[in-house]
Amino acid sequence: MITAKNVTKRYGKVAALNDVSFAIRAGESVALWGANGAGKTTTLRCLLGVQGFEGELIVNDIDVRKQGKAARAAIGYVPQETAFYDMTVLETLRFYARLKKAAQQRVGEVLDQVQLDNHSAKRVNMLSGGMKQRLALAVALLADPPVLVLDEPTANLDVQAQRDFIHTIQSLNQSGKTIVFSSHRLDEVIALSSRVLVLADGRLTLECPPHELAARLGLHRWLRIWVAPEHKETTIQIFDREGYTYMPNGRSVYVQITHGGKIAPLRSLEQADIAVEDFDLIEGELQGGNHV
Amino acid sequence: MFDVANIRALAGKELRDALRNRWFIVFTLAFAGLALALSALMQPNGLQVRAMSFSRTAASLINLVLLFVPLIGLTLGSANLTGDRETGALVYLLAQPVNRIEVLIGKYLGVAGALLSTLTLGFGAAGVVLALQGSVQDAGGYLLTVLLAYLLALAMLSLGFLMSTLARKTAAALGGALFLWLFLVFIGDLGIMGTTISMRLPIQTIFLIAVLNPLQMFKIASILTIQANLEVLGPAGLYATDQFGALLLPLLLMGLLIWIFLPLVAAVVIFARQEKFTLKARSR
Repeated sequence: MITAKNVTKRYGKVAALNDVSFAIRAGESVALWGANGAGKTTTLRCLLGVQGFEGELIVNDIDVRKQGKAARAAIGYVPQETAFYDMTVLETLRFYARLKKAAQQRVGEVLDQVQLDNHSAKRVNMLSGGMKQRLALAVALLADPPVLVLDEPTANLDVQAQRDFIHTIQSLNQSGKTIVFSSHRLDEVIALSSRVLVLADGRLTLECPPHELAARLGLHRWLRIWVAPEHKETTIQIFDREGYTYMPNGRSVYVQITHGGKIAPLRSLEQADIAVEDFDLIEGELQGGNHV
Repeated sequence: MFDVANIRALAGKELRDALRNRWFIVFTLAFAGLALALSALMQPNGLQVRAMSFSRTAASLINLVLLFVPLIGLTLGSANLTGDRETGALVYLLAQPVNRIEVLIGKYLGVAGALLSTLTLGFGAAGVVLALQGSVQDAGGYLLTVLLAYLLALAMLSLGFLMSTLARKTAAALGGALFLWLFLVFIGDLGIMGTTISMRLPIQTIFLIAVLNPLQMFKIASILTIQANLEVLGPAGLYATDQFGALLLPLLLMGLLIWIFLPLVAAVVIFARQEKFTLKARSR
């Protein structure tokens, strides 16, 4: 469905993408993993043909360099940050439906599909972040394209909205859509992808199944737990006694957890009658108390 | 190469956007109000005066157009692409099955439609008042002035769009537009006057320098349509009438058309080749 051969993109002397090659089969869901500046967004924009590049990119048998517009017709794009015009939800969908040559009846269908049918008369700037992201997905689905390209689609969503969005994308993948998305969230990559392409400094450095990603990159999951100052010492003693890797940081303590093991350290504190004031899940490596 | 349906969809959206823009509404009301006020002030007292009412109103409107139309054309054009670029709406639009030329042309036509609607409303309201007063003898000259105002508006819009393709930020584009407006409206005139006095330029050079400014082209052509000669402009006007005769008006019209198409084509070419500003990625 998608083939990239020796794709290079330079901004002056800086190579944002350097000789990147990969292939994605129809129906696959592939994650582009990497830190900010790794080349994820550039890869997606090259796929969309909205910026020039060296090398070859084929999407749905269409050469992106030669037929960018046709390639974009085969792709539904969901950006990281939605940027709609000042229109209602319905006007927005009708406008993009005209550009995508989608039948106007598709507007009602996609509204229903992303559960925005009760909000069609609202102005877009009145929608929540999650709703705007669903509207972007609705726009992407208007022409029922075979490929969906999503740029860090849940980066700006709250936890519940993230779950709902991931569930919708999973359903679309199961219905046969090819999905390419960028992310630096491990849980999202595990939930959504069947394969991960790791980018670093514009180069494709690793290709692996999502469940191997954490081990291959040496990533860890941390639970940051806030407790009252008088309980902090006891909390550290408990984590020390139970063999956790931990790191105190101000009023909180970072404790390393395994996949699916989020609840265990919280239970240990509960059994010791230590009230947890708040907690947060963090993925990556800790450097001096800060996650990366 | 171009998809007319895409251009139409984009133009329609831009037209709706402009008609919802409160600054645009303020401009429209101000222009229509001033045009109406001018036509009312020109109210004739007798039959002899009545015969000249249309041309007198047209002459007054020329000064109104010279001040207002370049300002709104330049600012609407210059803020268009830069505004979309800053919000991220442009990159999202370009990620759809459209090409850059369709986007620019569609946007231009939409804003042009809104701008010409404003002029039509202003000139139309003034024209209706004059018609009700029975002063319809010189309606042809009045309509030709309206046509010239349309051409000037489109030329200013083209220059605004060119600035919008070149500028990175809306503030910079608007600053450039305001400077250009000042230059064309005030500094250009004063500069020619000063140069003429200090360098004792020959009359034909003064005329040629003057008509490089699209506002002067509009002014000279408009005066020609309502007065048939350029005596009011002094020696330069007499030189132009003597030198070009009946060809002067068509030449000025052609000049305005060049001022419409040249900046627009330049904007299209630049925008079609451009990606650095538009796609300045937040994360690579």
